[in-house]
Amino acid sequence: MQIAPILAALKKHRMATFLIAMEIALACAVLCNALYLVVERVRLSHVETGVDDDRLVAISLAGVDDAQAVDLGPRLRQKLSSIPNVESVAVANATPFGPQAGEAGFRIDPNDPVYRIQAHFYLGDAGFAKTLGLRLVSGRWFTADEYAPVDGFLPKASSLLVDADYASKLWPGQNPLGKPVLVTNLTFRVVGVVARMVRPNPSPFAATNSFITPALAGKGMASVYLLRVAPEKAQDVFARATAMITRDEPSVILDATASGPLTQLRDAYFANTRSMAIMMVGVIAALLLVSALGIVGLASFWVQQRRQQIGIRRAIGATRRDILHYFQIENFLIVGGGIVVGMVLAYVLSAVLMKLYELPLLPAYYLPYGALILWLLGQLAVLGPARRAAAVPPVVATRNA
Amino acid sequence: MLGYYFFLALRSLRRTRMLTALMVLAIAVGIGASMTTLSVMFLLSGDPLPAKSGKLFFPQLDPSTGATLRHTPMDLLDYTSAHDLWQAHRASRQAMLANAATRVQPTVSGQAPFIVQTLATTSDFFPMFNVPFRYGGAWSAQDEQRAAREVVISSTLNQRLFGGANSVGRDVVINGAQLRVVGVLDDWRPRPRFYMVVGARFSGGDTADLYGPPHDVYLPMPTGIDIAQADMQPFTCWSDGMVDPHHMTTAACAWVGLWVELPDVAARDAYRRFLEDYDDQQRSIGRLTHPKLTRMMSLHEWLDFQQVVPADVKLQTWLAFAFLLICLFNTVGLLLAKFIGRSNEIGVRRALGASRKAIFGQCLVEAGLIGLIGGLFGLFMTVAGIYAIRQQPVAYADLVAVDMPVFVLALALSLGASLLAGVFPAFRASRVAPALQLKVQ
Repeated sequence: MQIAPILAALKKHRMATFLIAMEIALACAVLCNALYLVVERVRLSHVETGVDDDRLVAISLAGVDDAQAVDLGPRLRQKLSSIPNVESVAVANATPFGPQAGEAGFRIDPNDPVYRIQAHFYLGDAGFAKTLGLRLVSGRWFTADEYAPVDGFLPKASSLLVDADYASKLWPGQNPLGKPVLVTNLTFRVVGVVARMVRPNPSPFAATNSFITPALAGKGMASVYLLRVAPEKAQDVFARATAMITRDEPSVILDATASGPLTQLRDAYFANTRSMAIMMVGVIAALLLVSALGIVGLASFWVQQRRQQIGIRRAIGATRRDILHYFQIENFLIVGGGIVVGMVLAYVLSAVLMKLYELPLLPAYYLPYGALILWLLGQLAVLGPARRAAAVPPVVATRNA
Repeated sequence: MLGYYFFLALRSLRRTRMLTALMVLAIAVGIGASMTTLSVMFLLSGDPLPAKSGKLFFPQLDPSTGATLRHTPMDLLDYTSAHDLWQAHRASRQAMLANAATRVQPTVSGQAPFIVQTLATTSDFFPMFNVPFRYGGAWSAQDEQRAAREVVISSTLNQRLFGGANSVGRDVVINGAQLRVVGVLDDWRPRPRFYMVVGARFSGGDTADLYGPPHDVYLPMPTGIDIAQADMQPFTCWSDGMVDPHHMTTAACAWVGLWVELPDVAARDAYRRFLEDYDDQQRSIGRLTHPKLTRMMSLHEWLDFQQVVPADVKLQTWLAFAFLLICLFNTVGLLLAKFIGRSNEIGVRRALGASRKAIFGQCLVEAGLIGLIGGLFGLFMTVAGIYAIRQQPVAYADLVAVDMPVFVLALALSLGASLLAGVFPAFRASRVAPALQLKVQ
């Protein structure tokens, strides 16, 4: 099948060809970016926490004052550990998918007076790492004498643990152990690197910027408890824990939105992300539908208009397959033209989205996917009209229009 | 003439049902998507206080000390600066405000205590922001000064504690202190919660929660400092020494916002000068140590600066309009096909004396008719889209509603868009030469 005659024929319909190509171009731009956003969101909702989600239950209390905290922290830890199926309990300042509690700007260069970066500082007591199931990749855990009481929002300690991914961003190519982290008037040094410790509110562009500091339960740290439970017992333990708190600690307020099995907090945290992803899939579907309808409409019209020519071609020897291929190749060329323009537009749109979301630029590998989808769509849409064209009998050539 | 064209258009649409249905569907889907997102966008980016937003300003300076320099002022002020500026009464109205989470102990036995979002503020807050009262009113300036145990509560909290009855004069126990209700707000849902928009610009576009309900408890500032000092939520604290939450008034923390009402340009200029002078003077006595960093944004500028419209909503709007554009290209293509397919008929009409203008007009009427029908279907899609938004787990979901302007705009947009889409095809159709077409016949 020759392409030259098809191009020559398209020249006769420059405007209609241009319009369909432009429609495909815009569709390509939106499609690639929407796909990207959907994939990013799906990826985010599967974010690796570094902790054993399905074995953890979070208990968050609201409005604990300092006078109360001194006794409450140790007492509640004791009571919570005595619940059946609880393997260990940690007192902390925050949990993954709960409210952030220790977001702060910090410096890694003692000579630079400006805070340029911020991260979340987890505070955890001696049970924190074991309860959460953290994995150490280098350095060491905290020693017993490093745990310090909380003053302000941080413990008066001098050592911290850092997420491995974040460490590689802060100190690229260097060993993070021993590096200083300066925050308020405290200087911490990295003593260990954990494989992963997600921040409380992971987003596509910041999921791992977190540190762990050693703190003692008591004043300033009596509001958040993490329970490591036996497999499949999270729901049961949570019910018992809430019942115990209502019964034994009537003055304490359970923060319902930040308490529960961690898998539930995770679901709630990503509810909006999921609904946006679903909406975006809806947009993609509607977009493909409209584009397909446009192609069907225009192709049908062209077939209608060219009935006589098709008849003539059939009469002088073209097979049905030739006619079918003619329309398929024509569609392939038009969609191809649209895709080329669409790739440029995709990057323009991506630049706009970068401003909104601080997302990186659209990765190039989305373009072939977008192109493939549109080519397939075009072929599918043109199949009906092309088959009708192929069915035109040669005898049409002898009739007047 | 228009009536005749209308009649012709209807006949023509009936003749090519499939093509017409495709065009109507494309426009309807495009209009539905764009009007849905536009409704949300209008709702969230609208002026929260149209009568006054140009008169309200948010003065700022840099109260931080220590080695760390800043490029921009912090979102809130320290207590001393805020209180000094407030007490000077240089604006026609001024209000300090600070966020706290406090604990309400219901007086009915058996009810568990709960946490409420609390605003410690000063009496000008209510008239300045046109806050409506259902019962009672604001506390007096005198009561405020002597830290009277008085409180204003939202209608939601009034419902929860008193079943919605007039609770003025009754008591509420907050953080263990007994406070007398002096006012109950009427239903008030500013969008966003503009008076306390802090740190939103650091949230990566995740600002939907700013559109949730406003605070439930309003305390006079001195009362708030008495009973909820340790519960105040600072924007940030800086490095000279640790921060004791029990001494917030002297702590090295930014936690108080100040709004001033300045009715005209002269007042604005005067207040800017006053702010600069205050900053100079405080630096001359050594309380402020950093280079001068004063700023005074209007309410509108402040909301823009904080990027309060959620990034998801902006994204949806972009997508929807790209989508509408695609639908339009689609319509142009199909209209072109339709009109060129009628070349014979047009040729005959031209030969019988119709002018090019007449053909052009006839084609446009047909395009417009398709747009109107598409717009009507688009309205149904908009209603469906808004229903879908209301099911979303976002704080503004309950605010989104179908209203008249959206209906009118939807029809106008679809009519305008289809006319625009019709211009080129109609022009092409009007160029059909009469003779040629007749010869082919």
